Amino acid sequence: METAITLNHYLYVSGVLFAIGLAGVLVRRNLIVIFMCLELMLSAASLTLVAFSRYHAAEGGPDYDGHVFLFFIITVAAAEVAVGLAIIVALFRSRETTDVTEIDSMKF
Amino acid sequence: MPFFFYFFSALALIGGIGVVVYRNPVTAAFSMIVSFLGLAALFILLNAYLVGILQILVYAGAIMVLFLFIIMLLDVREETGKSFPFTAIAGAGTIGVGFIALLIVVLTKSDIGAISAPVLAVGDAATSDVHQIGIKLFSEYWFPIQIVGILLLVATVGVVVLSKKELK
Repeated sequence: METAITLNHYLYVSGVLFAIGLAGVLVRRNLIVIFMCLELMLSAASLTLVAFSRYHAAEGGPDYDGHVFLFFIITVAAAEVAVGLAIIVALFRSRETTDVTEIDSMKF
Repeated sequence: MPFFFYFFSALALIGGIGVVVYRNPVTAAFSMIVSFLGLAALFILLNAYLVGILQILVYAGAIMVLFLFIIMLLDVREETGKSFPFTAIAGAGTIGVGFIALLIVVLTKSDIGAISAPVLAVGDAATSDVHQIGIKLFSEYWFPIQIVGILLLVATVGVVVLSKKELK
């Protein structure tokens, strides 16, 4: 029999995905791509929630509290993306750019 | 089972790397969709059917269409000219590798994750997860779901206000 997939496997995938998103936020200069990397980090965290809910089975099924939590996270993320992109559009209207290196009027 | 886990994990991670390295925002957005599809498949492997479908519908569907729409609306060009600054790459590499190293140390030191999946009930004892989540949402979590409804309303109004030509 092959080695079974343990909780650690999922935690590693989630952690590496989070690190990729974090590196993207730091490296990229386009505001929209930075925002996409933020969404990637959020999804990586949700993978952890689902993995823990599956490996903490109760009464013959997964622990559904984790799924409910993820449901709320997806809702909040959708609202967050809508508001964030509206802010980016408003910023683009006034500054004509989405490059973070050119938006430096508050830089010390 | 292990094959599907490794395949979809690779899909999610390769999609994530694509978001970071592709300089064209549209290509990055499509890599993001690939990553989300991989993640949704992982959710379904973890018996989270409703959440997996929601991930595809809301993230890969609605949210990524919104991103592509904004990319089109703002006419974002490919980042040309100078490559990523060296300090940014060095900083991001250090933090990313450091984070993964920390993860490895924590997960190997503790035995929390070294468990295999508990066997789930099949047949009559197994109820659909949509059913279970619905019951939880409208009994145990009745207050948070009201708050989320208000949040969505506030977000809708906020987006309309932000998108107006000029704020008065």
